[in-house]
Amino acid sequence: MEQIYPKPPLDEESAPFWEGAKEHKLMIQECNDCDNAIFYPRTICPHCFSDHVTWTEASGKGHIHSYTVVHKARPPFKQDTPFVVAIIDLEEGARMLSRIVGDREDVSIGKPVSVVYKKVDEDLTLPCFQVEE
Amino acid sequence: MNSLNGKVAIVGAADTEVGVVPHMGATQLCVDAALRALDDAGINKEQVDGLITCNSMAEPYMYHAEAIAEYMQIFPRYCLGVGTGGGTTFSVLHHAASAIATGVCDTVLITMADSLHSGLSKEQAMAMQASTGHQQFEIPYGPTVPAFYALAGQAHMAEYGTTPEQFAAIAVACRKHANLNPAAQKREIITVEDVLNSRMIADPLHLLDCSLISDGGSAVVLTSAERAADFKSPPVYLLGVGEGHSHEHISQARNLTTSAAAESGQRAYDMAGVGPSDIDVAQIYDCFTPTVLIELEDLGFCEKGEGGAFVENGNVELGGSLPVNTHGGLLSHCHPGNPGSMFALTEAVAQLRHQAGGRQVKDANISLVHGQGGILSSHTTLILGRDKH
Repeated sequence: MEQIYPKPPLDEESAPFWEGAKEHKLMIQECNDCDNAIFYPRTICPHCFSDHVTWTEASGKGHIHSYTVVHKARPPFKQDTPFVVAIIDLEEGARMLSRIVGDREDVSIGKPVSVVYKKVDEDLTLPCFQVEE
Repeated sequence: MNSLNGKVAIVGAADTEVGVVPHMGATQLCVDAALRALDDAGINKEQVDGLITCNSMAEPYMYHAEAIAEYMQIFPRYCLGVGTGGGTTFSVLHHAASAIATGVCDTVLITMADSLHSGLSKEQAMAMQASTGHQQFEIPYGPTVPAFYALAGQAHMAEYGTTPEQFAAIAVACRKHANLNPAAQKREIITVEDVLNSRMIADPLHLLDCSLISDGGSAVVLTSAERAADFKSPPVYLLGVGEGHSHEHISQARNLTTSAAAESGQRAYDMAGVGPSDIDVAQIYDCFTPTVLIELEDLGFCEKGEGGAFVENGNVELGGSLPVNTHGGLLSHCHPGNPGSMFALTEAVAQLRHQAGGRQVKDANISLVHGQGGILSSHTTLILGRDKH
């Protein structure tokens, strides 16, 4: 039986992120007043509470802050095991949870990574990362 | 300084049967825990004017505390049901103590129970899993609760050279204590090798690095220090309490290897006027083994990064320099979800009353109890004593 992956509940606040992912662009926010990068998307800057927050395309490069190899998961993710879940520090300064695809032996904390896109279906593309050569 | 130090006492504490308890539902367990704690305190329900519960996953109510009050026909003037567990379990003790100290109410019953082992439908279990993590920016990647904690464990290993053997030593200590506790769900002795040979769940967490899934309930009765002498059982005094809250989602944590336990612990020590070296026995939240190691460091029992060396060689076992989780903890005694921390509290009371039987820490006078919830998100530290000061 085909397993249905959970869909992120879309809202106006985060729509540019998910729309960008479909076009293979990693969209994050930045604060025009204090210059901090912001992730996840918010209507205000959490650092200075400015509402001068704009979307920008990130470079898609960063490094592994931490990771784990998930060996046991419930459906639908059970069919993906083992898979690598990681926290990525983007070079712009924002931090996000994602997956690392590719050879698990190459994965370690601190390694540089770059974004790749995993198309789940027509409605959802997930930004994931791979270890850079 | 406005302080709760010495103003409030625990005068009743009791657990239900725990582990696999299919013959009782979550509501029954919650009521059973309440009755046992009232009996331990030697009071009747008319003397309870405050009630606090946590919601149940197996038998949820929109107004859980009111549902328990209704079941027991208690009509409190202070009534609070919380939706979460872990650190929240002890933050409600903070609330209850504040309510007593300010005269909002006199005697508060805190009762919590759930039946995660026997009471959850498949749909409820799925929903519980899916509720942990950011709905948009974490859940779609498929992380599990052990995976969230594994991210902290891996970071600690990379930053400080901590080893899986050191994490395993915590599970071994808890099991050794559970072996001495007839109520514990898992009692057979395990070794570091047993932990490392158990199934990998999420690197570096093996099955035996993970807490149990259980049924059970636990309750305490709180009142003012002045009234405490009128109760049947010897009082245990609240010397200090502190909280620290840093994030909800682990991918938003300020730091994966230093938690807000550093803040909750310092605030509790300051109120109690004691430090880590004054603690005779500690109950440290142990949903997964790395949680304990990080909390021990943040609570000042060793330097940051030295938790691995601290837990080795039996230091956290009975007879060691700091016996930890003398009932067996969530790893070996029981873990019914939101109420899990309560058993650490009732164990601290047993230790300070010198009623812990074969697992008694000799001359235990001061105990630290630490709970955390979410994913290293919400922390509360309690310091309890046999004496008021």
